[in-house]
Amino acid sequence: MGIRELLTGVGWGVHPHDDHKRPAADVPLRVMPTPAKLCIPLLQHVGAPAKPLVAVGDRVLRGQLIAAAQGNVSAPVHAPTSGRVAAIGEVTAPHPSGLPFAAITIETDGLDESVSFKTVEDPFSLTPDEISQRIAEAGIVGLGGATFPSAPKAQLGRKHSVHTLIINGGECEPYLSSDDSIMRERADDVIDGVRILMHAVGASKAKVGIEDNKPEAIAAMRKAAQDFAQIEICPVPARYPMGSDRQLVQVLTGKEVPSGARTATIGLLVNNVSTCAAIHHAVRHGEPLYRRIVTVNGGAVAQPGNVLAPIGVLVEDLLAFAGLKSEPARLVMGGPMMGVALPHAQVPTVKGCGGILALTAEEITVVPPSPCIRCGSCVKACPMGLVPLELSAQIHAGDYDTADAMGLDDCLACGCCAYVCPSQMPLVQTFSHAKGEIWRRAQQKKRSEFTKQLAQARQERLEREARERVEAAARRKAQRAAQQAAAAAADNNTPSEGAGA
Amino acid sequence: MLTPIISVMVLGLIFGLILGYAAKVFAVQGDALVAEIIEMMPGTNCGQCSFPGCSGAASAIVKGEAAVDCCPGGGRMLAEAIAARLGVSLEAASEDSGPKIAVVSESICIGCAKCFKACPTDAVIGASKQIHAVLKDACTGCGSCTNECPTGAISLEPIPVTLRDWNWEKPALAA
Repeated sequence: MGIRELLTGVGWGVHPHDDHKRPAADVPLRVMPTPAKLCIPLLQHVGAPAKPLVAVGDRVLRGQLIAAAQGNVSAPVHAPTSGRVAAIGEVTAPHPSGLPFAAITIETDGLDESVSFKTVEDPFSLTPDEISQRIAEAGIVGLGGATFPSAPKAQLGRKHSVHTLIINGGECEPYLSSDDSIMRERADDVIDGVRILMHAVGASKAKVGIEDNKPEAIAAMRKAAQDFAQIEICPVPARYPMGSDRQLVQVLTGKEVPSGARTATIGLLVNNVSTCAAIHHAVRHGEPLYRRIVTVNGGAVAQPGNVLAPIGVLVEDLLAFAGLKSEPARLVMGGPMMGVALPHAQVPTVKGCGGILALTAEEITVVPPSPCIRCGSCVKACPMGLVPLELSAQIHAGDYDTADAMGLDDCLACGCCAYVCPSQMPLVQTFSHAKGEIWRRAQQKKRSEFTKQLAQARQERLEREARERVEAAARRKAQRAAQQAAAAAADNNTPSEGAGA
Repeated sequence: MLTPIISVMVLGLIFGLILGYAAKVFAVQGDALVAEIIEMMPGTNCGQCSFPGCSGAASAIVKGEAAVDCCPGGGRMLAEAIAARLGVSLEAASEDSGPKIAVVSESICIGCAKCFKACPTDAVIGASKQIHAVLKDACTGCGSCTNECPTGAISLEPIPVTLRDWNWEKPALAA
């Protein structure tokens, strides 16, 4: 146990020397004017993609449902402003592969006409199911980045009789301050959302964990929560990855979530502060999730800060609004630790996007990896108690099963191991590759079982057909024989009948 | 002197009887290893390996008469699994071009219905004088259909990569 662990009680993780959150976090929230074009992706959540309800050429209004949820775990998508549907097709996804995904492109008309929203005076008079329904209809998903649909999550919490809500205001990623911004500027909305969610889940108390590097947010949230004894604002040490649900739960409650289980199984449900604010808007004002606060930051940005932007705005428009002072060497959606490097700037933002970073060459210095010296720094840093150096060695030896048995599935891909590695080994990429490979093998196995069944079914069908053919031939033969016999009998009988008459 | 000789003889007799009994009762019909390999194979009996069905290929692989990567339907993954089971190494030369599936080129297909009769998993659908199509999930990429097509309208193509099944490259380590 090191001195740090003795002082803070937290032994895992990393603490970047400069978290680059300021000055962007201190700039007042700006509202982005409506851009000329918006591309609203159909898959912005975990689960099945939404199904388009509009056609090319249709006029849509702000807040209008343009794609419906499909299945239980899915979320609908709404138009962020008024305009005309210009296309329904593929656009580049915010994904390192640069592959396309389906989106609805809207040419905005600048009028920003809205549908009428169904407001509710007293959300606490609604039943939990009605609240879940409203959350589902508003298309709310986990805005911390995991994008799990919030309505099924609340229902899951009720099923497991969750007693405490854990509200995640950790925001541990360097550079990002969108949660910080919402807590500073909209603390009342967040606290109201927490209360509504507590009612929907049936929880009796809530703990809001905020990293202690955000004193302004802690003060604002304390002020907003002072009338509600059941909501406790808990400053937690600033330590990456504090914003991960398992780590925050451990620090706030002292409980550890079992491997492979959800937090609900130990009576806790974790939700992000921005999600709570969205729930407030959806339940109280009937307003669907069509915009969010996005941090625009990085060395190449002229005016870094937080921007209230429509979901589906292209990264290039967002960067044009914040201004660029130099050509960015890399664009990242999300934070520098777990974010996604974007292939180019013609990529739409999604519900789970809390930040866009335009980084300069100095900020992304890439050093070629050298061999592992088995120093064990990664073991100390891993918040999940894994042994990254051994996992990496097994994966590079092609032994994916052993890596899986060593707990690869628990890896959060938080990047702490790669951050501390003195040899600059690409550990996270190795683990992401292995997880994908294990998934692919499982898919392949399922597929081969399916084709085996098909082959067997075909074999049985062919045998049955052959048997039926033989039987039919035998039947025909018997029929013919019977007819011949009957005919012969008739021939024999006719003369005798004639003789008898 | 006599005691050890007799006791060892008696022991030998007893063990001999036990072994003889076990050999009769626990006798394995056929080669267990072959059965295990058959279980791993796609089981479609497509015949693309030039052996009589999957069981024929399995026994040939066990005997060493066929390469572990002789099954086009199973692909690289099956080859790796069989190689691991038999404890042989896959030659690096047999690089896999990735999984493939059959694709019908609609402009050349004449609807002769020959291909779907050859398909071991009923993955090709269609009828006479109708353009055929391939059900992606049911196709093993064995290539039986491509041999039947009189116009070359059906061919094996790599499965297009989507967001769902895209994966990171395995990163290179320090040299």
